[in-house]
Amino acid sequence: MTDRIAHALRAGTLALCGALVASAGAAEYGQVVPEKSEIAFESQQMGVAVPGRFPKFTAEMSFDPARPEAGQGRIEIDLGSIDAGSPDANTEVKRKPWLDVAGFPKATFVASRFRALGGGRYEAAGKLTIKGRSQDVVAPFTFAAEGAQGRFQGTLKIKRLAFMVGEGTWSDTDTVADDVSVRFRLVANARK
Amino acid sequence: MRAPIAGQRYTTAAIALHWAIAALIFVGFPLGIYMHDLPLSPVKLRLYSYHKWIGITVLAFAIARLAWRAAHRPPPPVPMPAWQARAAAAGHLLMYVLMFAVPLTGWTMSSALGFKVVWLGVLPLPDLVAKDKALGEVLKVVHQTLSLSLAAVVALHLVAALEHQFVRRDGLMKRMLPLAHKDRKP
Repeated sequence: MTDRIAHALRAGTLALCGALVASAGAAEYGQVVPEKSEIAFESQQMGVAVPGRFPKFTAEMSFDPARPEAGQGRIEIDLGSIDAGSPDANTEVKRKPWLDVAGFPKATFVASRFRALGGGRYEAAGKLTIKGRSQDVVAPFTFAAEGAQGRFQGTLKIKRLAFMVGEGTWSDTDTVADDVSVRFRLVANARK
Repeated sequence: MRAPIAGQRYTTAAIALHWAIAALIFVGFPLGIYMHDLPLSPVKLRLYSYHKWIGITVLAFAIARLAWRAAHRPPPPVPMPAWQARAAAAGHLLMYVLMFAVPLTGWTMSSALGFKVVWLGVLPLPDLVAKDKALGEVLKVVHQTLSLSLAAVVALHLVAALEHQFVRRDGLMKRMLPLAHKDRKP
């Protein structure tokens, strides 16, 4: 019985939100199109930039450029799919000193505070969780509407050691730098 | 009749380049063999970088040597049987070719495997080919084969030079030795 009431309330809230969005007259972007989206990263080894990719991830979001403060987003990266640039690196980076994929198969970013910076630039603040460690991060991005789709693009700079990624001998940052930049491009459909 | 003494020795620049490249090969070659079988570790990444820096330096010096060779005539050959003179000439030519081919195949292999070469960690070099794993695997074998060939020719070169120095005692080696006396002035 209480379930049903909760359900009705949730439906009501959603309807209300929908009405508000509709009245604002702007598009809200939600469903992410995986084929057009990409999350890549770059690390530095001995001063050499080494590119990598996260081919498998899911992203849910609701973002209206006219009301960024109401935005929400959640990205889940399947770390087992990581492409770190070479077969050797792919094996190594999944092991315990690095991402420990067996223990922590997913990295998540939950964006809860969006802010407009002007000129099509925004930032999303939230919690990034890798290897069971969470950090507050701010991801700057640009947004551009392209027909019925919106494109979110940006780079998030993180420190790998803040997440204990690369422990033991690998914590030597002269060999593999602490800085890792994560580049994302997410294309989402506008909600009807 | 006295040939000019200076003409019988290589110039200081040529001697410096010869020994610099020799030293780099004597470090770079065993390093390449050793690092290859190491498990992935920070040490391995370091050694790979050092190996690449050494190779690119050899390539740079080899270009300088070729330029020297284009501008200078090496000292005339000492008397020796014709087959030995031919073997020496072939060996020298082969070493020149391999001084270029070994670093270039290593660099191309690195590009094909998706690793940019950044000389001394500061100077990024262009990728010679796009990332292509299959090509990278082929180049790995080519690089290994050429490196072993270079090591073999260098070994022969060394044996021949020592034979001139200690068996024949014809003073040939002095032409390339950095600290050899410029010969007594009359």
